[in-house]
Amino acid sequence: MTILDDVTTWVPVAPLERLGVDRGAGAMVGPWQVAVFRVAGDDVYALSNFDPFSQAYVLSRGIVGTRGDVPKVASPVYKQSFDLRTGVCLDDPAVAVRVFPVRVVEGVVEVGVPPSDRS
Amino acid sequence: MTRPTLVVAGNGMVGHKLVEALAERGGLDAWRVVVFGEERRLAYDRVALSSFFDGATEDDLTLVAPGAYDEIEVHLGDPIAGIDRAAGTVTSAAGVQVAYDALVLATGSYPFVPPVPGSGLPGCFVYRTLDDLEAIRHDASGRRVGAVVGGGLLGLEAANALRNLGLEPHVVEFAPRLMPMQVDDGGGAVLRARIEALGVHVHTGMQTTELAAGDDGRVAQMRFADGTSLDVDLVVFSAGIRPRDELARACGLDMGERGGIVVDSACRTSDPRIFAVGECAVADGRVWGLVAPGYDMARVVARRLLGGDAEFAGADMSTKLKLLGVDVACFGDVSTGESITFSDAVNGVYKRLVITPDGTRVAGGILVGDATAYTTLVQMARGDMPTPDDPAALIAPAAGAEPVGVGALAGTATVCSCNNVTKSAICDAVAGGATDVGAVKACTKAGTSCGGCVPLVTQLLNHELAAAGVEVTTHLCEHFAYSRQELFDLIRVHRIGTFAELLARYGTGRGCEVCKPTVASILASLGAGYILAGEQAALQDTNDHFLANLQRDGTYSVVPRVPGGELTPDQLIAIGQVAKDFGLYTKITGGQRIDLFGARVDQLPAVWARLIAAGMESGHAYGKALRTVKSCVGETWCRYGVQDSTSLAIQLELRYRGLRAPHKLKSAVSGCARECAEAQGKDFGVIATEKGWNLYVCGNGGMRPQHAVLLAEDLDTDTLIRYIDRFLMFYVRTADRLERTASWFNKLEGGIEYLRRVVMDDVLGIAEDLEADMQRHVDTYECEWKATIEDPEALARFRSFVNVDGPDPNVVFVRERGQIRPARQEEKPTPLEVLL
Repeated sequence: MTILDDVTTWVPVAPLERLGVDRGAGAMVGPWQVAVFRVAGDDVYALSNFDPFSQAYVLSRGIVGTRGDVPKVASPVYKQSFDLRTGVCLDDPAVAVRVFPVRVVEGVVEVGVPPSDRS
Repeated sequence: MTRPTLVVAGNGMVGHKLVEALAERGGLDAWRVVVFGEERRLAYDRVALSSFFDGATEDDLTLVAPGAYDEIEVHLGDPIAGIDRAAGTVTSAAGVQVAYDALVLATGSYPFVPPVPGSGLPGCFVYRTLDDLEAIRHDASGRRVGAVVGGGLLGLEAANALRNLGLEPHVVEFAPRLMPMQVDDGGGAVLRARIEALGVHVHTGMQTTELAAGDDGRVAQMRFADGTSLDVDLVVFSAGIRPRDELARACGLDMGERGGIVVDSACRTSDPRIFAVGECAVADGRVWGLVAPGYDMARVVARRLLGGDAEFAGADMSTKLKLLGVDVACFGDVSTGESITFSDAVNGVYKRLVITPDGTRVAGGILVGDATAYTTLVQMARGDMPTPDDPAALIAPAAGAEPVGVGALAGTATVCSCNNVTKSAICDAVAGGATDVGAVKACTKAGTSCGGCVPLVTQLLNHELAAAGVEVTTHLCEHFAYSRQELFDLIRVHRIGTFAELLARYGTGRGCEVCKPTVASILASLGAGYILAGEQAALQDTNDHFLANLQRDGTYSVVPRVPGGELTPDQLIAIGQVAKDFGLYTKITGGQRIDLFGARVDQLPAVWARLIAAGMESGHAYGKALRTVKSCVGETWCRYGVQDSTSLAIQLELRYRGLRAPHKLKSAVSGCARECAEAQGKDFGVIATEKGWNLYVCGNGGMRPQHAVLLAEDLDTDTLIRYIDRFLMFYVRTADRLERTASWFNKLEGGIEYLRRVVMDDVLGIAEDLEADMQRHVDTYECEWKATIEDPEALARFRSFVNVDGPDPNVVFVRERGQIRPARQEEKPTPLEVLL
């Protein structure tokens, strides 16, 4: 879980148990489409849902797994993998998707929006 | 500058090879080439002629690549009729006259018809050209008994062809055994037993003295020197060949004692401007009656025409054949030295190995019924590979445990004798980046003719890759050091029910997009039930997860099942109404179904609730599963159909619907040989015959188109289904991840014969098991969409966002031709992600 100082708004998304283990879910957080992932061990990650290779909002529908020790999701369209922690594409490090801060408060998953992005 | 003119007389396999070899060396810039051919077709594969009766088409057999003859003047159906050596001209039958600077005679041979009274009667044929085969096929319809005169290689092929045409086949051979030129008495006896077991009647030691006509003037009876006779409806002569040398004879070129045009080691005749190649030529005192030596001669002449000094040095007459499914191979010299013989009459296997007099080397050998050791032994006989201390072990029944490595082969060793490809050429191809058999075939041509060398090519490829430090691994991914087939066996044998359990026992890490769907597919094949139950849901690719096909804009398409392509007007209206109400784009698919595009995740359950209410069910268009069984209307409506193809297609589609496989599966049933359902382009296809069903398998190569192969003929429906059950389950168990049936088949050692032995003869003893697996699939099948609609927990997944209702605002459609299509990037607002 990442907690950034400049997060001023935490948007509750869903109770943790509503999210399937090793599977993503789409969420609207302000103007953003976010892909929220709950992996085994109950770590939670949030990336932009936008797949830069297909330009479709689909990362939440990818298969979650690992490459070495890196937790990742593979885009369901052309199968590029993204690091769940950093958003960096593991197959093309020049490409990255936005990472959102995420936390679980009293069993509810919250995604953080930096002040400049609040809508 | 004007180019000198080369005239080539004949466009058979060897004449074509000459043109090809010349073109490959840039010879078309140096020579103007004029080709005359008697047949009306460009060169085709005469060696594979019999496959014409197995469903191969003229296109399959052609040897000429598109465009290869663009720069060449070709006169087809117009043979050369005369040569004027003094003037340096040839004149064709149609009167075309061409002045030549060089002339190559590639006129081949003609089938020998013994001078027996009655041999010219209607109903008598030879077996040499596609036209001959077409004539036989045309004449065979409705006839009962067919006889072949000649028990050599081609005669046995012809007998098989008659059998395929539905005639009772007989082979009449003058010599005391079959294939007298190739095998010895022991081998001939085993061969005879194997061939008789296939329903071919064999008569050896029989001299035909007369063919007698019936009342209709057609051939009706064969009479023999011993006073016996055989009633026949059709006779095919296959009693050897004679060189076609009449052109050369008429213009005074030197002739061999028993005919044929005498040539020197440069393949030059007694006139230095005229060459002769192939079966019309006598080189080194003999006619070389195989295609490989003919090809060698063609290459020699091509080099000579370009100023080179190549020589024809004789050729290896080793042959390996599959006759009616029986392996027959002979190689090297079997005339001198000590023999070691292994004979197993029960299993129809005979092997004889001849060792050089000093006992150190393999001189030659004969293999009948099991020719697996052939490639290795040939290389030993040629001196390209060291002979082990005990060569007899190579033909012993338990041999083959530790084959001599391909690393021991000399670089100059010929691996593919059809195309004259050496080990070095294959190693160069691998060094140049070829990493699979297909790539090696494409850049060296090895294995592209008879295919007999593919196992050796594969071994060489793997050996070279390993030597180059390229890890030849069949590991599925970093999480499992096993191939798909191994995982399948582990899951089956240890009754593993979940991915987590498999990972804990045999894997590392947490899995990925490669292993998760693969294991999900294996679990589904083994009957693990509803694919979205429990943990299985997390393993599925998005298509299987949402039971629909992801399209490029993130929406999904929906395909209801239309078994056999048959649906009622009410169903058609229901589909149309659903499409209209949800604003979906509709298109008829290539597989006789209707595809509805543009549905969002949150719309899928509502769309399916409507379709299910209208009596439709999931078409599994999203899964690596059986998709469609396409059909024509068959005898029900069609005036040519001979069976009810629609009913069978529906039956097959309902039986195998939802079956999870390494790759998606397609099928078709055609009601007659016109093949309107294109069954030969499918993973399994069925074509109706007058007597039942012909089963074709392993077509559909995806981006590399491949024809299906005939597995079995004239089956009744029960047997057909049993064979398909076994075939499909065998494929499901043993193929690699995402491997189509066509590529799986290409890698299958032993090819179609092996597949036949597994599916039809049950040599592995697993047929019952495979059938039971399939029966369980059939018994436990349920429509995944019906199950989903009835399960609130599963339904909860179908929403665009977990925290708000409503659609993905970034999905935008525009209208085109009265329907929706996804907006292109420039037609959409720029995504927020890209703006920042």
